[in-house]
Amino acid sequence: MFYRRAGIRHTRYQDERQLFPLGFDRGLIIAVLAILLAAPFLFDRLYVSGYLLPWLIWTSAALGLNLLMGWSGQIHLGYGAVMGIGAYGSVHLVRLGVPLEIAMIAGGLLSATIGTMFGGAALRMKGIYLAMATLAMQYVVDFVISHSSVISGGSLATLQVPPVSFLGIPLQGEVPTYYLALGVCFVITLFMLNVRRTSFGRALAALREKDYAAQILGISTFRYKLLAFWVSSFIGGVVGSVLAVTYLRAISPDQFHIELSIQILAMIIVGGLGSVLGPFFGTALILFAPILLNNLLGFTAGTFGLSLPIDLRAHLPLMAYGALVIGFLLYEPLGLAKIYANFRNYLLVWPFRHAQR
Amino acid sequence: MDWILLAELSTNGVFVGLMYALVSLGIVLIYKTSGTANLAQGAIAMTGGYVTWALATLVGLPIWLAIPVALVTMFGFGLLMERIALRRMIGQPVIMTIMLTLGVEIMLRGVLPGVFGAAVKRLDIGMPQQPLFVGELLLNRSTMIGGSISLLLILLSLFFFNSRFGVVMRAVADDQTASWSVGIRVERAIAVAWGLAAVSATAAGVLWGSTQGVDWSLSLLLIKALAIAILGGLDSIPGVLIAGVIVGVAESLATGVLDPLVGGGSRDVVAAVIILVTLLLKPHGLFGRHHIERV
Repeated sequence: MFYRRAGIRHTRYQDERQLFPLGFDRGLIIAVLAILLAAPFLFDRLYVSGYLLPWLIWTSAALGLNLLMGWSGQIHLGYGAVMGIGAYGSVHLVRLGVPLEIAMIAGGLLSATIGTMFGGAALRMKGIYLAMATLAMQYVVDFVISHSSVISGGSLATLQVPPVSFLGIPLQGEVPTYYLALGVCFVITLFMLNVRRTSFGRALAALREKDYAAQILGISTFRYKLLAFWVSSFIGGVVGSVLAVTYLRAISPDQFHIELSIQILAMIIVGGLGSVLGPFFGTALILFAPILLNNLLGFTAGTFGLSLPIDLRAHLPLMAYGALVIGFLLYEPLGLAKIYANFRNYLLVWPFRHAQR
Repeated sequence: MDWILLAELSTNGVFVGLMYALVSLGIVLIYKTSGTANLAQGAIAMTGGYVTWALATLVGLPIWLAIPVALVTMFGFGLLMERIALRRMIGQPVIMTIMLTLGVEIMLRGVLPGVFGAAVKRLDIGMPQQPLFVGELLLNRSTMIGGSISLLLILLSLFFFNSRFGVVMRAVADDQTASWSVGIRVERAIAVAWGLAAVSATAAGVLWGSTQGVDWSLSLLLIKALAIAILGGLDSIPGVLIAGVIVGVAESLATGVLDPLVGGGSRDVVAAVIILVTLLLKPHGLFGRHHIERV
């Protein structure tokens, strides 16, 4: 219906190789981008800083993890620790007076270095063993951060982020911080959209399917596994520093616990492993489903006079994550992105469903 | 360092380690038969603790009846979990199965405290709490009893593997296709492995629940159980016993020796360090079999 392919005739190779060959896709993306760009002036500031900002940040993180898990097939259960390293590294640099632009990159590099050190374990093992190694990494990094007062900042263990500016614009109020998060998310999305068209992305896909076979084809598994960990940890570190600067404003070790890792994992499982669109959907669902459920329960409790125990409402997010992860793995392992793709494929040939796609 | 403190710490560590080993027994059982890692084992232990508590307190069964009923219920729970969730995942990548068990873990960790309340539940199975003095050593009586029961149960599972059904399960563990072709019902063997894993987790949940109370923190046993399973080699039951003792002693010594130096909390990181060191030095653990992979 909307996604008409009829009448599109490519006469140049560049046209055929563009990211979005369908006009409707391009229009949709421009519309979404325009809405996101105008969001601070369109919506209430509560919605911008309370919903859109975390959505953008968590989506960026999920995209970084998706590069590792979806593209190259390496399991990482400690992504929260990676983000924590980036956040602490960059906040310390900012406190020392380093400009934020450099501190963000440095935080990313620090995460990439430490993440690759642990990910180096991936060279010897895979599957469940790698899952265990990264889980252990989460605990070790947590311990190191919270137990060294040099890093976590003394007994109170909360590190204030000083006022910073990005490219000369002070990051105060919700508008500049929102645009910083949007910019980072845009760059990461652009990178992810293009990475699968490079030799790097194709090498990662070969690695995911069968690493021995990839090795026989001449792809250095050593190099590309380390690179996958490096790139993904770098993105994680940068996003961690964005999270600290724009959203949290004061970081403490418990913000980067295993819960964060599980949350981001749930986002990419629900959204769709190995897709760029997936993390956007998955993050929205994982972030907002518990809030919606809680509001719904509160509403029903209010209208029908039921009194729900506070423990039940407190544990609702965990139940929702668990149920969503299980449900998607059992019924739609490729996640919300696949559901969207099904819908799009249906409309591509509508009303001739027997037609070849 | 005085040797009495060291001896005390190691003796207590041995028994605590045996209690950890009971949790990891289930992980090994499942990995042995079906080759999937069960990250929900800690949450299943927590579920077992909650079920026993609910049967004893809410239903009002006497404790000697509540525990067997809980064990049977949890056996059914294990079978059900395998039937509903894990069987559909056959043929999917390892990532998916691991994520599924993690999903079960998250959900159980939300559902049980949500339904029964998050406060710590007291589960009294009649174990004496006062410490025991052996010479100059001060020993924790409840962990001693718990550790001994765990040891008994793990030895029992070793004997089980020599029974007729145990041989069937070993065959499935060795080669699923081959055992399928000689008429063994592979699905049933895997289902029973899940049931038995749930039973061992429940036993662990009851023992731990009676020493530290039943609440969501029982699911944190997972990381220690994983450390034991990895150190022992994921598919070896004697490995579980020995690695359990090693992990328990290491953790106990770390608590006693390292805590004053780093300011507490080293108990939680010992298991993670053991996992990392094992994976880097000897990925298949002390007693695990090496898998040879062909393209």
